[in-house]
Amino acid sequence: MPRVTDEHPGVYSRYARRYARLVTMPTAPTAPALGDVTASDSTLRRFLHGLPGVDPVGLEARAASLGTRSIKTTAKAYAIDLAISMVDLTTLEGADTPGKVRALGVKAVHPDPTDRATPATAAVCVYPDMVAVAKEAVAGSTVKVASVATAFPAGRAALGVKLADVRDAVAAGADEIDMVIDRGAFLAGRYLKVYEEIVAVKEACGSSARLKVIFETGELSTYDNIRRASWLGMLAGADFIKTSTGKVAVNATPANTLLMLEAVRDFRAQTGVQVGVKPAGGIRTTKDALKFLVLVNETAGTDWLDNHWFRFGASSLLNDLLMQRQKLATGRYSGPDYVTVD
Amino acid sequence: MTTQSQASAFAYAPAPESRAVVDIAPSYGLFIDGEFADAAEGKVFKTVSPSTEEVLSEVARAGEADVERAVRAARKAFEKWSALPGSERAKYLFRIARIIQERSRELAVLETLDNGKPIRETRDADLPLVAAHFFYYAGWADKLGHAGYGADPRPLGVAGQVIPWNFPLLMLAWKIAPALATGNTVVLKPAETTPLSALFFADICRQAGLPRGVVNILPGYGDAGAALVAHPDVDKVAFTGSTAVGKEIARTVAGTRKKLTLELGGKGANIVFDDAPLDQAVEGIVNGIFFNQGQVCCAGSRLLVQESVEEELLDALKRRLGTLRLGDPLDKNTDIGAINSAEQLARITSLVEAGEAEGAERWSPACELPSAGYWFAPTLFTNVTQAHTVARDEIFGPVLSVLTFRTPDEAVAKANNTPYGLSAGIWTEKGSRILAVANKLRAGVVWSNTFNKFDPTSPFGGYKESGFGREGGRHGLEAYLDV
Amino acid sequence: MSDARLSVFKTYKLYVGGKFPRSESGRVYEVTDSKGRWLANAPQSSRKDARDAVVAARKAFGGWSGATAYNRGQVLYRVAEMLEGRREQFTREVAEAEGLSKGRAAAQVDAAIDRWVWYAGWTDKIAQLVGGGNPVAGPYFNLSSPEPTGVVTVLAPQDSSFLGLVSVLAPVIATGNTAVVVASERAPLPALSLSEVLATSDVPGGVVNVLSGRTAEIAAPLAAHQDVNAIDLAGADEALAKELEIAAADNLKRVLRPQPVDDWSADPGTDRLTPFLETKTVWHPTGSLGAGGSSY
Repeated sequence: MPRVTDEHPGVYSRYARRYARLVTMPTAPTAPALGDVTASDSTLRRFLHGLPGVDPVGLEARAASLGTRSIKTTAKAYAIDLAISMVDLTTLEGADTPGKVRALGVKAVHPDPTDRATPATAAVCVYPDMVAVAKEAVAGSTVKVASVATAFPAGRAALGVKLADVRDAVAAGADEIDMVIDRGAFLAGRYLKVYEEIVAVKEACGSSARLKVIFETGELSTYDNIRRASWLGMLAGADFIKTSTGKVAVNATPANTLLMLEAVRDFRAQTGVQVGVKPAGGIRTTKDALKFLVLVNETAGTDWLDNHWFRFGASSLLNDLLMQRQKLATGRYSGPDYVTVD
Repeated sequence: MTTQSQASAFAYAPAPESRAVVDIAPSYGLFIDGEFADAAEGKVFKTVSPSTEEVLSEVARAGEADVERAVRAARKAFEKWSALPGSERAKYLFRIARIIQERSRELAVLETLDNGKPIRETRDADLPLVAAHFFYYAGWADKLGHAGYGADPRPLGVAGQVIPWNFPLLMLAWKIAPALATGNTVVLKPAETTPLSALFFADICRQAGLPRGVVNILPGYGDAGAALVAHPDVDKVAFTGSTAVGKEIARTVAGTRKKLTLELGGKGANIVFDDAPLDQAVEGIVNGIFFNQGQVCCAGSRLLVQESVEEELLDALKRRLGTLRLGDPLDKNTDIGAINSAEQLARITSLVEAGEAEGAERWSPACELPSAGYWFAPTLFTNVTQAHTVARDEIFGPVLSVLTFRTPDEAVAKANNTPYGLSAGIWTEKGSRILAVANKLRAGVVWSNTFNKFDPTSPFGGYKESGFGREGGRHGLEAYLDV
Repeated sequence: MSDARLSVFKTYKLYVGGKFPRSESGRVYEVTDSKGRWLANAPQSSRKDARDAVVAARKAFGGWSGATAYNRGQVLYRVAEMLEGRREQFTREVAEAEGLSKGRAAAQVDAAIDRWVWYAGWTDKIAQLVGGGNPVAGPYFNLSSPEPTGVVTVLAPQDSSFLGLVSVLAPVIATGNTAVVVASERAPLPALSLSEVLATSDVPGGVVNVLSGRTAEIAAPLAAHQDVNAIDLAGADEALAKELEIAAADNLKRVLRPQPVDDWSADPGTDRLTPFLETKTVWHPTGSLGAGGSSY
């Protein structure tokens, strides 16, 4: 659940201040103006376009610079276990079967059959029609079941269909819903439509399921758009903001994840509400995963170093994490024959 | 502020770069005419690691007689060196560039040990730039007729070069590469606190088969530098260092035929407008003043921030400073290393105390400093005005003075209100503002939406009391040509 | 014993997209030395080989032209380093191809190696010579910069099989273009061997593509090809050059006509660097600091 911090309580803070210049507002110095930015398409647009710009060269340089951090020995052991516990172990194929999903569930609960001390993953992530199978497979464990929904991955369906998709998944027991935003509407500048859709999905999630909002950053294309989408998603009640579906050419990158971490950091500073981040797609090696954890540590901070607030959407990453974990334990390099194939 | 020992949920374990890649001899001589030799007067001095105060080596200390010998060797070598076809000189320089690339890890560790700067910087900034500089000027050696200085521009002769301790090997590259490419021979004096990388460079010259006497290295103190600059058979003087010494050198060479270039101090303004990309501006400010512990002549040591975003920017900046990691310079995760010398530390300390005494507000992140070595915590001064010492004097340390402005005119006026004119930064998403402000700034390098970027193709140098002449690029050739 | 050892012949192949295919046509032709002795069978490229080469060159253009000039310089210098190690091989091939003494052939090879070094140094300097700020009369920043033209067909000189080839090829790729080279028809072997050097020199696949065969046959489709941006006619005779120039007009290819060259080892200057560059000029307002243009 979003957690309210007492940091900067009621501060009439940065974005509100920017925004206050743009709209007619009662000048109550303690009331955050964010509630009203979604009053109309134009107020929402002005708010999102009033966010500070992103210089891509500088952003990418910062992400690359954090990528040079050297994580060794005890720090590496800590980070590998943390990363394993943050994996949303994912299968999203047309060829998914109950057998495949059951195998994934078992693996999520006990990732390394040779070492029961290995932490479980955070969740398994499946299509809605596989939620019931997945629930059964992870029953009795801490592993959550996440379901993509809202006509994943394209999101090109009527709202009613999308909401039915969500309700189905929730009814089948999904703990988390990974929705896709309407990128077409976003790129057409119809921010309010995107906002209202997220709000509706959030409502369909009810009180039991946490909502992850996927922006498909590869399709939004610019960093300015990714920052705007992040704020849009958070304003609409996202519990997590998530980079990608894993189904397009550009998925999670250090730079777009860094940008989203800045967004959740700033959003909490302003509203007191903490939102999680989930990079997904393209993260395959332990080395990559550790770089993302460094981004989290040095951008959003240690409050996000927990699988309640940070996830990896991945499949092959887990086996590499396990092999590296075995290497740390035994001192010799492991091989693919010593981790399970699913 | 994060130190390596501090416990947190994700404490990075020590990740030291191995010292084993570099083999430092217990003593080094002067490098004259292709040979290492003792100083004529037999004097030596010790060079220490600023992060631990450990003595790294004992180095011969050049005196007047050694300057005489080195200049004579350079003069003798000049005849053949300058007569070589440019394409052959080019190949020597390409060899040097390649050997530097091959030995870059060794040189990075050496530089970190002798200078105190983090291995992250020597590895990712200093050494790649050093190799690139030689590579770039290697290419010019056979193309001088195309550089815009006439069909067949001639070298000057013997260049006397004196370099500082903040980027020992990079400053050497900035001096030696263009000098050799144009056909000059050199006598170079590295700074007394950082002589080692120049002596390793002497070995690289030998590996490259460079003819004897083309490069001569004289470790020593200011007296050796003064003797070199004053030597009657030196045709060209190039100096990087303080403005006070630069003025002294200008007086020394007055009335001679010596060509002079000076790259001196600065008090760079980093101007942040309210429409800046703020997260990147914060990174640029940090990079502008904490890169190399602020011991950078072109550092962005004055932050000029538009009043409307001051609070939000300072909040973000302070939060960011809290994540900087200070400590063992050889640790690959260290952001802030040691101050180069006890002397420099004393200077920084006294200027900061003056700032406090004058009423500026001092702030540093919580930060534990190592007990041995020379250290200074990253420091911000707020409530600074143009009248404060910390807004006017070059501190050459990790100390940022924050001033505010209301309009672009005021920003420009304040930025220019200094005897220096080396660098400036502009942060705004509005292109026309960048160009309008850049037009008005009296500074040799203006960075927009970035800071402290260097490239061998890009000329660098100052306006006003920051010196004259340009290093780098096509422009950098002029200083070493008889034009 | 070594005298009795039977040597292993090399199969000479084309170089397209970083790979070494045979001609899709399956054809070869006999290559002889200057005295008519058989040296090898070289692939005789077809128009389809030419088409494949253009596809490869186009695919490589984005990465190569987008690489930093510094990086391109390093790569070209690497070619020189690799060639230096195979100096003996090229000396033999050039001697056989051109009927030169060993000493004169070695001088050609040395000059070719030094030519790579020469152009390696140009990659990050040419922009400073042919570009720059323009002092327009108005509140505008105005900057002209050279950019590579694109895919360039290079008809290598017929007589100078190696030094001539390097002299026309290196400047084309130094500036960021990608090349489809048609090797000397009579003496293609040094060019085909150069491919092996390029393949091991950090030159990305597709940046240089080398075709051997009948110059006129291969050049015609390349000169007419709508996805080729320029053509260097160094290896064409007068009649062929005219015919190709006419064909090239269809999509307004940049054409470098055959230049008489007496001595390929002479200082090349910058003449071959500039024909395949486009100049791009950018305008941007500068304006004044404040609305009133007042000073503080």
